[in-house]
Amino acid sequence: MTDQTTLLSVRNLRTEFKTQNGPVRVVDGVSFDVGRGRIVGLVGESGSGKSMTALSLMGLVPSPPGRVNADSIQLNGTDLARLNSDEMRRRRGREVAMVFQEPMTSLNPVKTMVQQVGEPLAIHTNLGKRAIREKVLRMFETVGIPEPAARLDVYPHQLSGGLRQRAMIAMGLICEPQLLIADEPTTALDVTTQAQILRLMMALRDKVGTAIVMITHDLGIIAEMCDEVNVMYAGQIVEQANVFDLFDRPSHPYTRGLLASIPKATEMRTTARLNSIPGVVPNLANLPNGCRFHPRCADAMPICKLKQPELTDLSNGHKARCWLHDKQGGKA
Amino acid sequence: MSEVLISTEGLSKHYPIGSGFFRSQRRVVRAVDGIDLEIRERETFALVGESGCGKTTLGRVMLRLIERTNGTVRYRGQDLHALDDSAMRAMRKKLQIVFQDPYASLNPRMRVKDILAEPLRAHGFGTEAEIEERCGELLDMVGLRRQLLRRYPHQFSGGQRQRIGIARALANSPEFVVCDEAVSALDVSIQAQVLNLLRDLQEQLKLTYLFITHDLSVVRQFADRVGVMFLGRMVEVGTTEEIFSNPRHPYTMFLISAVPRPDPHQRNRERPMLVGDIPSPMNLPSGCRFHTRCPYAQAICRSEEPSLSDHDGRAVACHFPLDR
Repeated sequence: MTDQTTLLSVRNLRTEFKTQNGPVRVVDGVSFDVGRGRIVGLVGESGSGKSMTALSLMGLVPSPPGRVNADSIQLNGTDLARLNSDEMRRRRGREVAMVFQEPMTSLNPVKTMVQQVGEPLAIHTNLGKRAIREKVLRMFETVGIPEPAARLDVYPHQLSGGLRQRAMIAMGLICEPQLLIADEPTTALDVTTQAQILRLMMALRDKVGTAIVMITHDLGIIAEMCDEVNVMYAGQIVEQANVFDLFDRPSHPYTRGLLASIPKATEMRTTARLNSIPGVVPNLANLPNGCRFHPRCADAMPICKLKQPELTDLSNGHKARCWLHDKQGGKA
Repeated sequence: MSEVLISTEGLSKHYPIGSGFFRSQRRVVRAVDGIDLEIRERETFALVGESGCGKTTLGRVMLRLIERTNGTVRYRGQDLHALDDSAMRAMRKKLQIVFQDPYASLNPRMRVKDILAEPLRAHGFGTEAEIEERCGELLDMVGLRRQLLRRYPHQFSGGQRQRIGIARALANSPEFVVCDEAVSALDVSIQAQVLNLLRDLQEQLKLTYLFITHDLSVVRQFADRVGVMFLGRMVEVGTTEEIFSNPRHPYTMFLISAVPRPDPHQRNRERPMLVGDIPSPMNLPSGCRFHTRCPYAQAICRSEEPSLSDHDGRAVACHFPLDR
């Protein structure tokens, strides 16, 4: 399904790491699409493979020990999976950019803001210093940094966490990429700052048309800003749906468990206990047989312990990886 | 209503900041600045606010883990700062804390057994056999198998480690437990398990919690009362129900409205949003500390700091509390 509206199309992405105990597959057969100007969520708990998916797309998985394979990663008709590292470097920052979680550690402490936010321009364009400075200044205005001119020649430690994250976003957007991958961009921030940053990202999507892959563990953020959602568990996508379908009709038991276990800020304290998913996320080096979620699943059937379910379409692109939705009633 | 277990009066903690070579006046950061608070037996009191608001410092000063600058902390009427070292040491059995980071707060070189036995030995719990038995009991209480006593922290997941941290806090049967961001580092499905555990333990052991967190969703489902802090001051105190359904301080209102809601059908709701950044605690604004970001600020807010006072049964520190 690569038509005019599809910007990114990932097929069968597999990322492995060599370890002492043999290869561990941290991303296993991930496929999804991102339409132009769409915001697509990757949600999951720690170790679900969501960040690794992002790093794999960006060509940022260290190799060795890592190895990334995919049937294809089509961005604008180019297959990123077939590019060598030089060709990838020329695209990174220009066509696709990434915003990292930690604005404290992912900025260079010994470079001024204008130097690092302008760096992608220095690499990808032949703009002169003055032109770069001008562009950075305008980008600072766009991302809502107050007194932007005064922030150009300061170092990261002189800015607050919120401003640093805005600067990170400015850096990601400076070459006007069509795709921005944001990995937990607000997790380290306070809630009022988070609200500002999320609003900013949505405004940029509306204004510039940047598509966003939003990686988060927070279903609240997913509900607030995503168009489509991919729920990840143990390296795989277990449910894929339009955001409304996902919240209205969660179809994978893991998604249901996640939704049930969030304390809702709109709901009053009840004496009732929070729903929790029993057990813990499996060790990727030692995955259970069959469905990876079955040891924690209340609805597990005999087949779930034996055979891995495929990601199957339930209706209109709403997909789930679960035997409960198998046409043969899991009797395969 | 139950008895007041712990209370503070005018409690402050100021940190001096290194004065420059030529600077003669001493500057201070008012991390906690004149807090009056009462927590009743067996209640869960949540302390919320953004980073740097002083909530963690307040929790620690209340336990006398750090010394106060001014004010008093009373535990069952007893002034904690009037106690000498040995009396304070004995008192510590009753006052415990669960830390945020389950990776950093357990000694990686100690077995679970020794982690749990340390507070018991420190307070002369009994013979080694009794200590061993108590450690097993503690693991039972937090839902871990006794066989795990010989393991090291790295052999546990984050949620299990937090259970060990809770077991350690409970070793000497405390009455008052400060939970400092105790579930913040955990994944949501695990967070729910630990919150349920804390609630069960409160029931069983008649615990009183001071629950320090920045996560308002957790507060709403977990706390009886809530105190909202901003830059070292308490700006609003009320029951959880009141605070969430009818916030009176503008900051509380903005804080609540900023929380993302896990319901896409509500994404287009009207959402008032704060602008700007939190002012530097080293350079506090005059008057109300919130006035630089407050859309309702008037002249008096810039000159006079409002005190926490009663507005129809709610404690609010604002010249013009919201009325809705």
